[in-house]
Amino acid sequence: MKRSWLLALFLILGLAVPARATDTIKLGFNIPLTGDVPDLGESTKNAAEMLKKKINDAGGLKVGDKTYQLDFIYEDNESKAESALSTARKLITEDDVLAIVGPQSSKQAVPAGEASNDLKTPMMAPWSTNPNTTKDRPFVFRGCFMDTFQGPVAAKFATEELKAKKAAVLYDIASDYPKGLAEDFKAAFEKMHGPGSVVAFETFTTKDVDFSAQLTNIVKANPDVLFVPQYYNEVPLIVKQAKAMGFDKPLLGSDSWGSGDLMGLCGDDCKGYYFVTHYAAAGAKGKTKEFIDEYTKTYKKTPDDVAALTWDGTNLVLQAIQSMGKLSGDMAKDREALMKAMSGITQFHGITGDLSYPATGDHNPIKCAVVVKIDQAGKFGFFRSVCP
Amino acid sequence: MSGTLNIYWQSVIMFMGVNIILSSSLNIINGNMGEFSCGHAGFMAVGAYVSSVLSVALFAKSATFGAPLLGPAYAVWLFPVVLLIGGLAAALVGLLVAIPSFKTRGDYLAIITIAASYIVKSTIENIGIIGGARGFMGMGRVMDAMENTIHLPWIMIWVFLGTVFSVWLIRRFIYSTFGKGVDAISQDEIAAEIMSVNTNRVKLVAFMVSCGLAGLAGGLFAHILGYVNPGSFTILKSTEVMVMVYMGGMGSLSGSVIAAVAMTLLMEALRPLQIIKWVVIPLLLVLLMQFRPEGIMGRRELVDIFPGLRKFYTFKG
Amino acid sequence: MLQSLIQNVLNALQWGSFYSLIALGYCLVYGVLMLINFAHGDIFMVGAYIAFFVCSFFLGKYGLIGGLPGWMVLALAVPLTMLLTAVVGVTLERVAYRPLRRKGVNRLYVVITALMCGLILENGNLALLGASRRSFPTLISTKVFHIGGVVVTNMKLTVIGVAILSFLLLQIVVNRTKIGMAMRAISYDRFAVPLMGIPVDTVIVFTFVLGSAFAGLAGLFFAMTYPVLDPYMGALIGWKAFIAAVVGGIGSIPGAFAGGFLLGFVEIMVVAFFPSTFRDLIAFTILLLILSIRPTGLFGVAQRTKI
Repeated sequence: MKRSWLLALFLILGLAVPARATDTIKLGFNIPLTGDVPDLGESTKNAAEMLKKKINDAGGLKVGDKTYQLDFIYEDNESKAESALSTARKLITEDDVLAIVGPQSSKQAVPAGEASNDLKTPMMAPWSTNPNTTKDRPFVFRGCFMDTFQGPVAAKFATEELKAKKAAVLYDIASDYPKGLAEDFKAAFEKMHGPGSVVAFETFTTKDVDFSAQLTNIVKANPDVLFVPQYYNEVPLIVKQAKAMGFDKPLLGSDSWGSGDLMGLCGDDCKGYYFVTHYAAAGAKGKTKEFIDEYTKTYKKTPDDVAALTWDGTNLVLQAIQSMGKLSGDMAKDREALMKAMSGITQFHGITGDLSYPATGDHNPIKCAVVVKIDQAGKFGFFRSVCP
Repeated sequence: MSGTLNIYWQSVIMFMGVNIILSSSLNIINGNMGEFSCGHAGFMAVGAYVSSVLSVALFAKSATFGAPLLGPAYAVWLFPVVLLIGGLAAALVGLLVAIPSFKTRGDYLAIITIAASYIVKSTIENIGIIGGARGFMGMGRVMDAMENTIHLPWIMIWVFLGTVFSVWLIRRFIYSTFGKGVDAISQDEIAAEIMSVNTNRVKLVAFMVSCGLAGLAGGLFAHILGYVNPGSFTILKSTEVMVMVYMGGMGSLSGSVIAAVAMTLLMEALRPLQIIKWVVIPLLLVLLMQFRPEGIMGRRELVDIFPGLRKFYTFKG
Repeated sequence: MLQSLIQNVLNALQWGSFYSLIALGYCLVYGVLMLINFAHGDIFMVGAYIAFFVCSFFLGKYGLIGGLPGWMVLALAVPLTMLLTAVVGVTLERVAYRPLRRKGVNRLYVVITALMCGLILENGNLALLGASRRSFPTLISTKVFHIGGVVVTNMKLTVIGVAILSFLLLQIVVNRTKIGMAMRAISYDRFAVPLMGIPVDTVIVFTFVLGSAFAGLAGLFFAMTYPVLDPYMGALIGWKAFIAAVVGGIGSIPGAFAGGFLLGFVEIMVVAFFPSTFRDLIAFTILLLILSIRPTGLFGVAQRTKI
């Protein structure tokens, strides 16, 4: 009696296992759903879910002559480095994902990248700008341009368009991205205008809301432009306080300004400023516009750059999978093949611009930047494109 | 699937080890001595950075320091020394914090430790050479150097040894005659002083041991991750360690160990809850405080509950 | 030079006002209960969100009533926010702190419970309302005054005024009213008070009402000055205000008030005179120095314990 039950159980399991293992492709998402920056995690998940639904509803992803359903596994890394590491390892060894997308913040992307590289699993970091994320790691791919490119672009724009000879910078010293970008900007600007041309290099700490003392110093130094490489929730505060101090010079921003929520928080104060970013939402055409419209319709808010870069990053992974021709079913072999396929991408047309990876060295994409002007209607309008 | 424990569970166990060291060392101050230190993450940070910088400078080639001073072959033998130096540095910082604590009462110690934690974090962010907010990398190469010399899972071994060492040290300390002074201070400081317990000295030593072990834990933590960043050592981290101590029971060494293990496992087990996880965990602790405020073990040790364990080991005195 | 000094003094006064308002709440609860209510910073956050919803409602953003003019919304929002935030604070007290007080456990456990309740509030907000930041609607348009090269806005002056008024109000309540006298009595001797026929529980509830109401007020004005709301906004300010309260002398209302302004001054002035990267470093070192010179805080009274 007992034995026949066991036999039946084994038969059912035996039938169930092949049905499970064949036709899905699993991708892992290592994102911050709690912690300091939950909106990053939310945007990532939103974009990914939208993509998954689109592909699965159309029948699935076609690789060679087989069609696969997509299964995305989201894990929370709590914005903590050690959680990001454990999460990456769990996704790779327990959940058996083919590739990982994320983490977004460099603080988590760097250790997670180490783990992914050691375990030979491709990892796509759509938004991280720290050079260490991809350094010497053949399995880690970046989805956006780095600060070493963006800093000089901003400095050049300030000089050419805004005719600035003296600049000031206000940034968050406790945070990876603004610190790196501020330093790259300063180096580039001072190379153009001589040492000391950055007349005020003020800092604050993460979560600060009052910048009156720093702005007092900046106003006193009388720069021609103020570079603020901060996030869309800090920018409105800085802008309002600067205006209240009577600062009337232009403000220049970076890609962290590129969130749909910026104008909602900033209102009229931000109109007329410029920032360097990946793509311009207003006046977007083609696939970019489709993405923005669909995201806005589904989630009731405009997508930010994290969402857009995640869309592109995930699509890049999927495109690489398709170019592999077939999946052998042996996870180690497939991951290796995927890595090769991704490195070989010479032309990827994304909604944030075209992308390709250099033939040798770290997988930092060759991508153009866009300078956006916030027009009088509060929309992000394309102003100029800057390519390396 | 690999035959041995897969690497995800390996990292869970290693973080468990680090948490055990952290919670049992904080227990000396918060549990046995009855004070309220909220800055444990700061001491962890000191240990993490000092040992990371040393081990990368000595054993690995890096962009910051250039060629290794001692060469990768020495990594295996001298790594414990580097960890201990990290611990010592943390103990020295603990000394600086302990001195003002003599004159102040309980809640003021909380302030001093919080302030110290912020100062440490801010200092690290300002030191550009080691990366500041960008973090410091290179420990992975030190680990590789060790594996290349003798092929063993070194990081697991060091974490295991570190954990055993810490627990052993704390136990010897608490049960020594000197350590009993810690208990005396928590019960009644003035009476203890009268009974010839040199309260200043006892507090100092207890602090140094506690902070030193936190530094050791920090060093191990940094090497497990291969990357260290000041953002990992915030008040939130101190809070997590405090939760483990109070969950286990103030003053109970086995309690802190059990709580650290339980907490690490709980955090992993509750992953599917995602956002709700960080509502559930504090809620569990609030409920625990309501219905069993003394924690899992209270002030007792495991041997008090299971006297049979005594036959496995005895300590003199 | 003098101009920027005066400018920074004004900046410090405004920033310090927020620390003071929150520190006052810590101080009240500590004075009466010897409890560091670590959830206070998060009650402040809840107050800011309550203010957001109240103001949005009255401005007609939810379409239920027609929009009211800004100043009227403000006049309505102040008492409503204070009331609703007080409700939150009292609920916390009833549900979490009172059962522990009844059992007479070590007050450290209550502190831990407070810490955890703070976490629940933060993450609960995140889970319920999502991760997007909210923008606080403008109630009163900013008017900028230039007085001899120094820039002042009407908000700055309002905030400073509110802080001073709150302090005076609290001083009157604690020193001149009966219930204030009861609060002070409890802080001197917990166990004798019920023997004198004073309903301890009522007084404690009143303390929480006061403390939370002022936290809510601080939340409202903070949201008006820095109109970006996020669930974690209270945590850091809470810890810093706690430090400010202790440096000023916890248990003493003038102490908490002074401590808040002191911290605000130290933070702003450090940025004015030193490279701003050293702000936290120097600010906390100064606080530690003050504590080592005067271990009970500036206005604190050394407590004598009889053996």
